[in-house]
Amino acid sequence: MKQDNITIALTGNPNSGKTTIFNNLTGTRQHVGNWPGVTVEKKVGTVVHNGYRLRVVDLPGTYSLTAYSIEEIVARRFLVDEKPDVVVDIVDASNLERNLYLATQLIELGVKLILVLNMADMAQSRGHQIDAGSLGKLLGVPVVFTVGTKNEGTKDLLDRVVEVVEDRDTVSRHIHISYGHEMEKEIKNIQDVIWQDPSIGERFSTRWLAVKLLENDTAVQDRVNSFGEIGKQILAQAEASRERLTEFYQDDAEMILTDQRYGFINGALKEVLKVTTKTKIDLSRQVDLILTNRVLGFPIFIFFIWAMFQVTFTLGAYPMDWIDAGVSWLGAVMAGLMPAGLVRDLLIDGVIAGVGSVVIFLPNIMLLFFCIALFEDTGYLARAAFIMDRVMHMIGLHGKSFIPLLMGFGCNAPAIMAARTLESERDRILTILINPLMSCSARLPVYVLLAGTFFGASAGNVIFSIYALGIALAITMGKLFRVTLFRGETAPFVMELPPYRLPTLKSLLIHMWDRSKIFLRKMGGVILVGSILIWFLGAFPRHPELTHNYGVDKEPISNIQAKEVASESSEQMPGSPELKAEQKGEVQAEALARLSQSYLGRLGQVIQPVFGPLGFDWRTSVAVVTGFVAKEIVVSTLGVLYVAGADVNEESEALRRSLRGSGMTPLGAYTLMAFVLIYVPCLATVAVISRETNSRKWAAFSIVYSLALAWVVSFLIYQGGRLLGLGV
Amino acid sequence: MIPLSEFKEGERGLIARVNGRGRFRKRLQEMGFIKGAEVFVEKYAPLRDPMELVLKGYHVSLRVEEAAQIMMEKLENS
Repeated sequence: MKQDNITIALTGNPNSGKTTIFNNLTGTRQHVGNWPGVTVEKKVGTVVHNGYRLRVVDLPGTYSLTAYSIEEIVARRFLVDEKPDVVVDIVDASNLERNLYLATQLIELGVKLILVLNMADMAQSRGHQIDAGSLGKLLGVPVVFTVGTKNEGTKDLLDRVVEVVEDRDTVSRHIHISYGHEMEKEIKNIQDVIWQDPSIGERFSTRWLAVKLLENDTAVQDRVNSFGEIGKQILAQAEASRERLTEFYQDDAEMILTDQRYGFINGALKEVLKVTTKTKIDLSRQVDLILTNRVLGFPIFIFFIWAMFQVTFTLGAYPMDWIDAGVSWLGAVMAGLMPAGLVRDLLIDGVIAGVGSVVIFLPNIMLLFFCIALFEDTGYLARAAFIMDRVMHMIGLHGKSFIPLLMGFGCNAPAIMAARTLESERDRILTILINPLMSCSARLPVYVLLAGTFFGASAGNVIFSIYALGIALAITMGKLFRVTLFRGETAPFVMELPPYRLPTLKSLLIHMWDRSKIFLRKMGGVILVGSILIWFLGAFPRHPELTHNYGVDKEPISNIQAKEVASESSEQMPGSPELKAEQKGEVQAEALARLSQSYLGRLGQVIQPVFGPLGFDWRTSVAVVTGFVAKEIVVSTLGVLYVAGADVNEESEALRRSLRGSGMTPLGAYTLMAFVLIYVPCLATVAVISRETNSRKWAAFSIVYSLALAWVVSFLIYQGGRLLGLGV
Repeated sequence: MIPLSEFKEGERGLIARVNGRGRFRKRLQEMGFIKGAEVFVEKYAPLRDPMELVLKGYHVSLRVEEAAQIMMEKLENS
């Protein structure tokens, strides 16, 4: 290796095919993570070329480098602070004018730049003839043609990178975009002050600093401010210059600068771009006329969403069953291999059951991400947002929030990850926070049990009202958060509608796997710890004052429970012997006694007063606590505590009779359903929220607010219902 | 001068001025909504909001309330 630490940064507009180029360059040798402190994806890969090991960093796709969006801040910070050896700007060759705007900013930044004209084939078929040589000379940067989808031009690009690294290329030179006499005069005035401290010029391009200060860029102002006394002088000069310019142009300097950059691009394009043939038939446009048609647009959209659900949850059910069986089998095998005892219980009930309950979502998640990658990479996602924006905007959200919210009805964990498609951090966090109010499929068994038991024929309507309650609360909370936590102007809906494209299977799979991997890797740890904790609370203290010998092998209740969760049915576990009826009764009686004595049971009794005003007794309180791990556990816990029978499901008649006999009223049941709807959906979701917002604070906030909301709403329902004499 | 939000499908015009302030205006400018640029109204969304525009050879959507900030000179041959 001649030089080992060469860093290449890839920049470019969204939809410029940057990710495809990145995949072409690095293949599968990539690492996906997050940029520090934000939820923007960071991809790094390596490639060896001509004896160089090149580290390729994929910067977020941006239209510009003003520090307005998170993506822009991240990209700019990397370029300014990490000083990559070469910056490769990926440009959509068929959409040069707007794409080159970013290039003008990179030139201004004074980085070593290579311009990649991607999708060269599409530009050609549209009749765009680009004189790359002249363009390179005008901009002072080497220009390379590529067709990312066909992997053309990749080697050429790498050759150029090496040339630039070795300072062998003949095109690179530093050019200045001229901003006109008055503007240049003020740039010079600011530069004069900056030059008083030569150390600044060694770190930054002084022209870039001056221009950014004229643009009133707060991030640069903060940085200049940190220079000390000289910084204050620079800022004072910048302020004076801006005032003078505003007076001269009768407009903000930043607007004039943008105008001038586009003017420069226009001038350059007049020389290098020839549009020979008029566009024949724009296929993408024809397709779009149908897909966003006034009449057909919504039905087609609904069909696609329906298909995505079908694929995710119907097709996904098969591998889920296999995983479920595999996990049960593993548990049974372990049970057979190991002597009964603490370690076995921990492994089977804590580790295997706990991790199994997360891994089981993997097929769903992979299929879902495949569908979303498909929507995203074909360009349909932008159209879905286009169609839905009117509806979503009414509740203060972005059109793109729709898909994550809808997915929430299936499972909140991948739904929250799907919020990544939202560019604005604010929209994303808001969407994430209200997502758990979309009642996920794991909550359905609880509703089926309670509504079926207490509402008979009208159970369907009751369950529907719970879903509606969730949506109404999501709208209310969305609006509330918008006016409290996320105040300020909303980002404009300037969303590019890229041409429809046929993505490659490889890029779809990479896209899907990148996200699934994050889910697996990060969730595993949290879930593991959480499951072990709940297991511990249910299994300890180990030998409570239970002196009665029940005459069968002791099996901690959480074991039965975990099996119940894993199988979600009343089938016997493979490998566990059929229990005779009376034995069963004894096991269950013991189980009840055991659980009521465990930390979990004691906890339920301790916190029962909190739930008293909602009409919950201690058993319901315990069920609610265990439901924190996953909502379907509520059913099995209720089963254990009310019938003292663990092998129940939501259809179980014994449990229904016991519930009815327990003093629970229809009102109490409805209150419990509402509570289950609103409070923390499950541990996995909390973990995903923490991961996706990149902040434990938001995860904690989500827990606290959902618990508080659940309590208040349940309180209103229960006490209100009692006052009105409903369902008591 | 009339606001872009009053344009019908298939109409085109030149941008005369972008109103509004700060971030909003800057973002529009960066995306190519600059004085003199030609804008073609491709279509409105099924619920009449947002609208799809063709600008500088690419398609972009904008909410109607945002398009109201863009003052246009209508081109008659549309």
